[in-house]
Amino acid sequence: MSAPRRTGSPRHAGRAMLGAAAYAVTIFLLLPTLVIAPMSVGPERYLRFPPNGFSLRWYAEYFADPDWVNATLFSLEAGVIATLAATVIGTMLALALVRGRLPGKGLIELLVIGPVIVPHIALAVAMFLVFEQLRLTGTLLGFAMAHTILALPFVVFTVLAALYRFDADLERAAVSCGASPLRTFRHVTLPLIAPGVVSAALFAFIISFDEAVVSFFISNLDRKTLPRKMFEDIDYNISPTLAAVATMLTLLTVAALVGSHFVKSRLDRRTRSAEP
Amino acid sequence: MSARPHRWLLGGRHYSRVASLALAAPFLVLAFVTFLLPLGSLLHESLFLPTPTLAHYERALTAPVYLRVMLRTLRIAAIVTVLALLLAWPLAVVMARSTGLKLAILVASVLLPLWTSVLVRTYAWMVLLQKNGVINQMLMASGLVDEPLKLLYTETAVVIAMSHVLLPFMVLPIYSALRGIPDDYSRAAQMLGASEWATFREVIFPLSLPGVTSGCLMVFLLALGFFVTPALIGGPQQMMIATLVSQQVREMLDWSFAGALVGVMLAFVLLLALIFKRAVRLDRFVGSA
Repeated sequence: MSAPRRTGSPRHAGRAMLGAAAYAVTIFLLLPTLVIAPMSVGPERYLRFPPNGFSLRWYAEYFADPDWVNATLFSLEAGVIATLAATVIGTMLALALVRGRLPGKGLIELLVIGPVIVPHIALAVAMFLVFEQLRLTGTLLGFAMAHTILALPFVVFTVLAALYRFDADLERAAVSCGASPLRTFRHVTLPLIAPGVVSAALFAFIISFDEAVVSFFISNLDRKTLPRKMFEDIDYNISPTLAAVATMLTLLTVAALVGSHFVKSRLDRRTRSAEP
Repeated sequence: MSARPHRWLLGGRHYSRVASLALAAPFLVLAFVTFLLPLGSLLHESLFLPTPTLAHYERALTAPVYLRVMLRTLRIAAIVTVLALLLAWPLAVVMARSTGLKLAILVASVLLPLWTSVLVRTYAWMVLLQKNGVINQMLMASGLVDEPLKLLYTETAVVIAMSHVLLPFMVLPIYSALRGIPDDYSRAAQMLGASEWATFREVIFPLSLPGVTSGCLMVFLLALGFFVTPALIGGPQQMMIATLVSQQVREMLDWSFAGALVGVMLAFVLLLALIFKRAVRLDRFVGSA
C-alpha cells in the first residue's frame, strides 16, 4: 500500500531482514506449545521429540486417575460459576460506567483494573489470609469469588468496547417511544452488545480455568483446581500425563479463541448494519 | 425529546445516580471482599501486629538476604522487559504492515500463547530445557556441545521462559499503536522527500512510543510479581520476590513479614502505575482478540 517495492535495493534488504526477524519471533512464540502436542502421544515413559510411535496411553492415564478428573471437574464448576458471575456483574458495571452517573467513577475504574496490575502473588497471599478466617479456603464459593474478581476487568473492558460501538440514540429512541429502562435494555441494548458479552464470558472462562497463583494458595488437599494439580505434579516429575493435559488445555484455548473471533466478527457486522 | 423521559433514564443515555449505584453495587461488594479487605488485612498485619511497628519493613528493605532477592527481581524484570521489547518490535512492525491471511496468522501466533495457560507454557519450557530435552538434543546433534548443558534451574532459563510468557503483552500495545498511525503520515513525509528510514525515525517511531511505554510497563509490572515460572524454572539461587513471599507464608508462617514484602511491592507497582497512568490500557488486550 505504501511505497512501491524495489527489488535489490537496500530498502528491500532491510524489509527482508525485518520479515525474517518477525517470523523467527513467531516460531519462538509457538514452539513450546507445538512441541508438547506430538510429545504427548509418544508411547514411552520419557518425553521424546519426535516421538517414536503413537499412543494415547497418557490420555487414558489422565482419564483413569480420579485425582486428575476431580481436579478438572472442580475447575469446570468454579469456572462456570465465575464466568456467569463475572459476566453479569461486569456487564452491569459497564452499563453504569457508560450510561450512568456514578459518583467516584475514577476510583471505581481504578478498582476494576486493580486485580490486573496488583501482582497475583500479593492478591493470592492476601486472599489466603482473609479466606482462611472466613472459612472459604478449599470451597467452591471461595474459588468462584476469587476467579470472578480476576476475570472481571476483562469482562468490563470487553463490554465497554461493545457499548461504545453502538449508537446511544437507539436507546433514546426506545425510551421516547415509551419503553421502560428494563424493556430498553432487553430489546435494544442487550441484543446489540450480546456478541461482546458472549466474547467476555469466553475470556472469563479461560482466565478462571487457567488461573494458578491464587488457586495455589486458597486450595486445600482435597479441593483443588486443575492448574493447582498441574503445579504439584510439575514439581515432582515431568510426566507425559502432564503433556497430555497441557495439550488438551491448549486445544480448549484454541476453541475459545476461535469462538471469540467468530462472535466478534458478528459484532462487527451487526454494528455496521446498525449505522445509518 | 417528545415523550417525557423515564424517571430512571434521562434522555436514554443516563441512568440516575441510584440506578447506577445499584448496577455497580455487586461489583463493589465483591471488590471489597476479595480485593480491598484481603490487601488491607495483609498490610494491617505488616504494620500493626503485635504493636504498631515498621520493623518488618525495615527488615525487608535492609537485610542483605532480602535486598539481594529484591535487586535480583528488579534486574530479571528489567532484562525480560528489554528482551521482550527487542523481540516484539520487528513482529509488531510486520504485523502493522500485513493484511489478510498473513495478518491473521501473525495475530494468532501472538494470541494463542497469550491465552494458553502460563503453567502449560512453563511446563513446555521445562521439557525443552531439561538435561535430555529437545534443546540439548539439538545442540548435541549439531556438534556445538559435547555433553548436555545445564539449562534448567538457571537464571537464563528463567529469563527465556518469562520473556516468552510476557512477550504478547509487549507485542499487542506496540502493534495497536503502529496500527493507529494513518498511512497518510508516512506518505506525506515521503512526498516531502524523506527516505523510508527518515520517515520511520522521525514519524513512525515517535508516534509508536505510547505503545512501547505501555508494553514495557505491563511486562515490567507483570515480571516483578511473577510466581509460577520463576518458582518452577528457577533454582533456589534464582529466588525472586514472589517465591520469597510464598515461602514466608507457607514455610515460615510469618504473615507480618510477607505483608511487608507485599507492601513494598504494592508501593512500587502503584508508583509506576500512577506515573504511567495512561499507559495501563487493558482494552489493547481484549480489543485485539
